[in-house]
Amino acid sequence: MTVPRASASSGRRWRVPVGETFWAFMFLLPWIIGFVVFTAGPMLYSLYISFTDYNVIRPPDLVGLENYETLFNDRRIPRALGNTAFYAALNVPLTMIFSLVLAMILLRVGRAAGFFRTAFYLPTVTPAVAVGTLFLLILSGNGLLNQALSVIGIRGPIWLADPDYVKQGIVIMSLWTLGSTVIIYFAALRNVPTELYEAARIDGANSWQQFRNITVPFISGALFFTLIVNTIASLQIFAEVFTMFFGLTQSGPAQSSALFYVIYLFQRAFEDLDLGYASAMAWLLFVIILIITAIQIRFSRRFVYYEGGR
Amino acid sequence: MQQRPLTGLALFTVLSLTVAACGGGGATTQPTTGTVPSVVAPSEPAESEPAESEPAESEPAESEPAGSPGAVPSDPVEDADISGEIVVGAQFAEGADEIATTRYDVFLERYPGVTVNWTESNFDPQTFLTSVAAGEQPDVVRMDREIISTYISEGALMPLDDCVADRQIDMGQYYDSAVRQVTFDGQVYGIPEDYSTRIVLINDSVLEEVGLTPEDIDTSDWEALAGINEQLMSVEGGQISRLGFDPKIPEFFPLWVLANGGAMVSADGLTAQLDSPEVVQALEYAVSLITAHGSAAAFTDFRSTGPGSAFFGEENQFTEDSLGAFPMEQWYLNVLAADTPDESVSFQPFRAKDGSEITFATGAAWAIPLGTENYDAACEFIRVVTRPEAWVAAVQVRADARAETGEPFTGTFTANAEANDYIFSNLVTEENAGPYYPHVQKVVELMPDAYALPAVPNGEAFKRIWTEAVRRALDEGVPAAQALADAQVEAQDQIDSGAP
Repeated sequence: MTVPRASASSGRRWRVPVGETFWAFMFLLPWIIGFVVFTAGPMLYSLYISFTDYNVIRPPDLVGLENYETLFNDRRIPRALGNTAFYAALNVPLTMIFSLVLAMILLRVGRAAGFFRTAFYLPTVTPAVAVGTLFLLILSGNGLLNQALSVIGIRGPIWLADPDYVKQGIVIMSLWTLGSTVIIYFAALRNVPTELYEAARIDGANSWQQFRNITVPFISGALFFTLIVNTIASLQIFAEVFTMFFGLTQSGPAQSSALFYVIYLFQRAFEDLDLGYASAMAWLLFVIILIITAIQIRFSRRFVYYEGGR
Repeated sequence: MQQRPLTGLALFTVLSLTVAACGGGGATTQPTTGTVPSVVAPSEPAESEPAESEPAESEPAESEPAGSPGAVPSDPVEDADISGEIVVGAQFAEGADEIATTRYDVFLERYPGVTVNWTESNFDPQTFLTSVAAGEQPDVVRMDREIISTYISEGALMPLDDCVADRQIDMGQYYDSAVRQVTFDGQVYGIPEDYSTRIVLINDSVLEEVGLTPEDIDTSDWEALAGINEQLMSVEGGQISRLGFDPKIPEFFPLWVLANGGAMVSADGLTAQLDSPEVVQALEYAVSLITAHGSAAAFTDFRSTGPGSAFFGEENQFTEDSLGAFPMEQWYLNVLAADTPDESVSFQPFRAKDGSEITFATGAAWAIPLGTENYDAACEFIRVVTRPEAWVAAVQVRADARAETGEPFTGTFTANAEANDYIFSNLVTEENAGPYYPHVQKVVELMPDAYALPAVPNGEAFKRIWTEAVRRALDEGVPAAQALADAQVEAQDQIDSGAP
């Protein structure tokens, strides 16, 4: 492989790549162009917009830090962030636990695994709007969930209207679409060396000890990946909740317990035509996600085992 | 690891997911608020968001309807010298009803030299903003009058003063409250189209069951109404099986404020009055009508998913006896007349505390976005489709259709007083409206004096703010005074930021 070498005269100047490096860049070029045009460019533009008063109709008008100052005085921001954080804190661990249980069951069903993999994944490819509408029916006062609970003598709460239960209802809806996480765990579980379990059993380890000391370390990479991905997705939840409580039919706790951060961002952008403020909100969320992810990565060094790594 | 078959458990999980996908308990969702579905607009709009009501000092329409009730009004203005192409932000071939297409046809037949392209979609903020950003906005848009002020204050719409002057549009033919909604800083930005007002609809069978008569439903006596609410409702062990008097908040909250002698915003739309005593008292009372059912959550859930919550069709709240009475937009008469003509439904006008009959109006308007390339044709289009003769032609088509099927015909409620004058004198009769005729006549009687929210700068944000205040008081138990005081500050900020 040809490596670009520094010029003798300048010491740090790059030469035009040649050979394999050149072709590597050429093959990467479509992605690079796409990234710059469709991701990096809009991101930078939104950063600029966040310092302006902009409604799409008129040109952006620079207002300095005004949008960011407003963020800290907007009483809906703490509410929206609080709702979103509560949802994420409940949804992410539950998604991981249920997905791991389902993946372990999948591992043991033998030939039928393919069918069940498909079955578990189907809800994931169901359109978010359809999921939201479906769960409006399931979570209603006399809906399927409460009917099922009544069979075992439990009087279910009013999931869609009681502010104390709205977010829990949304978590239940989210747990229905955990197919992606199941598939990731399933793949990770299949890569755990079976001889380790055999050795552990010979040494007298019980099922819990095998799970704790062999399974979890070996799939810790997958666990960590899904922790990050699900955290980010939870902090950005929008479509299902918007379908259930907002849109043309704002209902129930639309402006209270179901006001999630991205929904409020959408309202500010496309209902109030305040795209400058909405951009500032987007960047605040970006920073929050960045910090949470950094913390997760920092702590992952203690718990995540990469085979062949450190 | 030992691979023990756990197919049964996996199968159970799959079945659970499948049952979840197929289930739903047979519950349906009642629409609460929203925009006008094109298939029924403008005669049968969906429940539209409420508009703030003006205080009682509103002025009458500028001029009396010019047409006599017995004659089809004619257009006194000569054809315009227009040609070229316009893009209209509305449905035509896909989903528009005869009330829309007939009026559009009136324009197309009158101006064959103008090519009209249709977006085939209703107004959508995202789509509109994207088209504006791309410089490809429609030449004409149709939007709710409640939100038009947002787009006016943001500079997205053109003033129509030249259009009104050049094409001799008599703004006096439209209801005054509708015109106020599209007038901003002294300039007209929209031509009103339809006109939704509210009356109280009463379930006769429920009243009979509890020994009341429709005359007992009097919204001017709040103490008595609270008692009647208790009589009408059916709640046992915390389970609601029938709502008493549904105040329809937050969407109809402006009506309660109006009834209490207040207004949520000043007549010029520039001063929020959400923390005024009249507004606070109205919210406290309306919330109490709901919490009397046990809890706001139980009430909301029953209204959204209980029997008759489908709202349309043969299983509505009246046929299912799941509601005693509620204030409702007049278009629902059309639904009841068509879907359950045999159901006995009475009505009462909504009365203010002083006993006067009140209502408030909402609806859509036509406007011309900034940057249109064919202003003259756009102007003529919105003038022609809101003219009385266009409305009468459209309503005649619907009347004929209803006559063929034998369904009651309750008319189409336009924002054009001249058109209504003819429609409700000639096309809607005791014979074809059947038992709904008195209802319709009362609605028509109240329409000229209906109140409506003036053009409030950043009107969409203003609506969201007071709606949130109502919900906080209702869902979270926040004291009405506190919720409205918080809202007042935010609302005034929004108004100030969009003020001219």
